[in-house]
Amino acid sequence: MNLRFTGKKVSALVTVLPSREARFEDEMGNFGFSRAKSMKLKRVMGFDRHRLADERTCASDLCLHGLNRLFEAGELRPEEIDALIFVTQTPDHLLPPTSNLIQGRAGLGRNTFCLDINQGCAGFVIGLLQAFLMLESGFWRKVVLMNGDTLSHRVGKRDRNIYPMVGDAGSVAVVENDPGGPPIHAAVYMDGSRSSVLQIPAGGARMPSTAATAVEEDVGDGNLRSKEHFFMDGPAVFNFVQTEVPPLIDEVLAAAGTAKEEVEYFLFHQPNRFMLEKLADALEVPREKVPNNIVENFGNASSVTIPTAIAFVLGPALGERKVRVCLGGFGVGLCWAAMVMDLGPMRICELTDYGCDN
Amino acid sequence: MDELIGILREIRPEFEFRDSQDFVGDGMLDSLDVVTLVAALDQRYRISIRGVEIVPENFRNLETIAVLLRKHGVTG
Repeated sequence: MNLRFTGKKVSALVTVLPSREARFEDEMGNFGFSRAKSMKLKRVMGFDRHRLADERTCASDLCLHGLNRLFEAGELRPEEIDALIFVTQTPDHLLPPTSNLIQGRAGLGRNTFCLDINQGCAGFVIGLLQAFLMLESGFWRKVVLMNGDTLSHRVGKRDRNIYPMVGDAGSVAVVENDPGGPPIHAAVYMDGSRSSVLQIPAGGARMPSTAATAVEEDVGDGNLRSKEHFFMDGPAVFNFVQTEVPPLIDEVLAAAGTAKEEVEYFLFHQPNRFMLEKLADALEVPREKVPNNIVENFGNASSVTIPTAIAFVLGPALGERKVRVCLGGFGVGLCWAAMVMDLGPMRICELTDYGCDN
Repeated sequence: MDELIGILREIRPEFEFRDSQDFVGDGMLDSLDVVTLVAALDQRYRISIRGVEIVPENFRNLETIAVLLRKHGVTG
């Protein structure tokens, strides 16, 4: 599906990271590998440090902190927010919608339209698409897009497929009209027939939580997880990304009439360094144009890796000028989505910490 | 082939790779070992094995890995 928008922009962005940091070298004893193997994985995959929310901190807390930062900076006033989108896989509760909870805690008006979206690693692009569609309607003028996850709370600490890379974070982007702004092109695909390769099996209506679903089991390869933990079929996900994403990027660039050389950065979701290097090679673009430094510094916080990369890699530049980027998200659903757009200049594009217990 | 065996034994020194026709099926290489192996082969031979080539069939035994390397111009 190809989409084209005009006159839209991201005018401000704050990414919020829990202050609590853990190091792979301190944790690698949990994974059952030799030290030599762990150190090889550290180098190849980019495992090093990751930010983890403490048990009492939810994704909504991180995002609310970011929203308050925008209020304090004078970038936004509560009464200006026409719509609030919250993209998460870790809502505060099964109900009510977490976006409503944030609306109440932030003191937003009753006219603010609140919407939760259950999306993962493609969730920043999906959220932008939803924000653009809202603006396109003409009814709303300023949309706040929040992406947040605390998936570390749903990953087995001895699951060596996921725990070394997982991170927690939240982001808040202000999306609004930009009369005369350049076209934005997007492409998005979904394939629910392959959804079982990324899932948390228990805890919903299909498989309610029980004492049995909480028991950690050896799944046969030395990995320990319960049915309430995040499961990832690593090889299947890797193959999905390498097969589907390069043609997606070619497609959206062709639709935008943009050559690869005209894109300053390909800001993709960042599961691990190796995945990103192979994507860069498949696209035949220099690896330095595909940043892969989010996992090693902060961990993989699902839909927040792209806004984290925007703030971490491009923050200073975006304060001064426009940067042409290609965004790409891929993961749970399965879903893969890309967008070619100009970012910046923004008055605020930053990373900030949220105090957490160590 | 000796060099390839050396690379494999750097990753899993406990196994004798000449004795198996199915490294993955025999539990000698898991998916993370394959990733480490690809990174090592890329570095040793200055190639880039494509992401879509990183499937168990290509890492089943010494011969399938050698075939993959030959596709990337690595001989001997």
